Amino acid sequence: MKKILSYAFLCLVALIMIYPLIWLVFSSFKPNSEIFGSIRLLPQKWQTDSYTLGWRGTGQNSFGRFLLNTLELVVPTAAFTTISSCLVGYGFARFTFPLKKLLMILMISTLMLPNTVLVIPRFILFNRLGWNDTYYPFIIPAMFACTPFFIYMMIQFFRGIPRDLDDAAKIDGCNSFKTLIYVLLPILKPAMFSAFLFQFIWTWNDFFNVLIYISSVSKYPVSLALRMSLDSASAVNWSTVLAMSLVSMIPCILVYMLGQKYLIDGMATQGIKG
Amino acid sequence: MQNNNWKKWKRKYTGMFYLTPWIIGFLAFQLYPLVMSFLYSFTDFTMLNDYKFVGLQNYIKIFTNDRLFLKSMKATFMYVAIALPLKMIISLFIAGLLNQKLKGISIFKVVYYLPSIFGGSVAITILWRFIFMKTGLLNTLIGALFSGYKAFDWIGSPKTSLPVISLLQVWQFGSSMVLFLAGLKQVPDSLYEAADIDGANAVQKYFRITLPMLSPIILFNLVMQMIQLFQDFTAAFVITGGGALKETYLYGLMLYENGFRYFKMGYASAQSWVLFVIIILFTFAIFRLSDGLVHYED
Repeated sequence: MKKILSYAFLCLVALIMIYPLIWLVFSSFKPNSEIFGSIRLLPQKWQTDSYTLGWRGTGQNSFGRFLLNTLELVVPTAAFTTISSCLVGYGFARFTFPLKKLLMILMISTLMLPNTVLVIPRFILFNRLGWNDTYYPFIIPAMFACTPFFIYMMIQFFRGIPRDLDDAAKIDGCNSFKTLIYVLLPILKPAMFSAFLFQFIWTWNDFFNVLIYISSVSKYPVSLALRMSLDSASAVNWSTVLAMSLVSMIPCILVYMLGQKYLIDGMATQGIKG
Repeated sequence: MQNNNWKKWKRKYTGMFYLTPWIIGFLAFQLYPLVMSFLYSFTDFTMLNDYKFVGLQNYIKIFTNDRLFLKSMKATFMYVAIALPLKMIISLFIAGLLNQKLKGISIFKVVYYLPSIFGGSVAITILWRFIFMKTGLLNTLIGALFSGYKAFDWIGSPKTSLPVISLLQVWQFGSSMVLFLAGLKQVPDSLYEAADIDGANAVQKYFRITLPMLSPIILFNLVMQMIQLFQDFTAAFVITGGGALKETYLYGLMLYENGFRYFKMGYASAQSWVLFVIIILFTFAIFRLSDGLVHYED
């Protein structure tokens, strides 16, 4: 009996959680007039006009262009974040060196440093460097492990690997870098995957930073394109906006379906005290 | 001899070598901006022309002559006060439910986490707008249940606009839930078994064992979520535009408008430092208040 109650409650919560998303999916196939004013979830007549219309984008730039832009921004950012955080995590987790404690404290405290304090000087700095309206403000900081969340995550994963492996590799004549590449990285693959997926999703969804850095429409990622469509869509064109919102969410949904285990495990490491 | 020194030196600094990317990144993209924003906060920097130091003028203006600041402060506190406790309590509760040994329980975990992956994306905020706007999904549903219901403008009414955008945050409780679930799995069964022998009931076990064992994670999560909520931006920008009489004029939105719409960057820097200090004070307060409540094993 308790079991049935549990299941019933879990299902109810699940329904609340995903009903808006399901509604989004079906509404994007409805004609404009049918989206609101009827509680029917399924479209009376399926139509894909909103997709063809939305995909056309702004005329010069199709929605496909915006998706490609986003990938161009997101993939290098996620890849560099993964690599740099891995190296730094290795340094913190496996070595002793002068000032280690201080550096560790600094790193952990940047985890709590509010981004809003840094935004303006960063903008001014990147503007001087000529990086405005490029993807460098995202990619270059990623090369320098600027998201402490991932360093911390990597440290946690490194700590989970027995040191015996390092020692054995050392006896076999590996230097520290070779140990990392040939011995530890193969074990760390899930962790790296998890870091990559997280940064992929976060950068994909980021709105504030692209809003301040990217100004030409031809370089817009999906978030800015959506925002633009919302501004320009006269009250009539809801279905196009919904359809393109869904299209912009699909990569994240795919990534989640592919790697939900890695994402959830990666998030869980943050709670284990270090 | 020299060779030996080199080896010693190398052993000592190898770890540091792996840290180089982060050290450079920290200095260039974190420490330098932090120092600069502090300095800018005492100037009239606009990006357009030369700037000069104006002393405490920005700060004085914030506290004495900026009505929007007060409005924004109020909105931000309300926003955090609604979203933070709800998010924590719901995620704690759901994590408890998911910690049962039931068949197929991991599917629920995946479903509950799903909304969280969209974070502050524009797509999800657009969806939220369509749910709560006057002709939106929520009103349609209520209208179908209660005939004669007159559609209410959830986004356009000053009383409900802020709760609407706070609820978006509550809906995305996934990462807290995952953290709590990981914590729950670490609580040793032996503790519960001992409590069973002593005849403790479920409520006692929850408050005497589960919560204390989980308390470090709750504290960590509370602080991190609070810091993030204080800075939220997208929902207020896309759904309400700060509107319904500035009731949703969140701090992040105010900083954006001052810094990047009017280019009053000196002034915005000062405002960002005010927020920084508020966050630090709240963090310390939480740590102090939790002093006796948080249980560390070692």
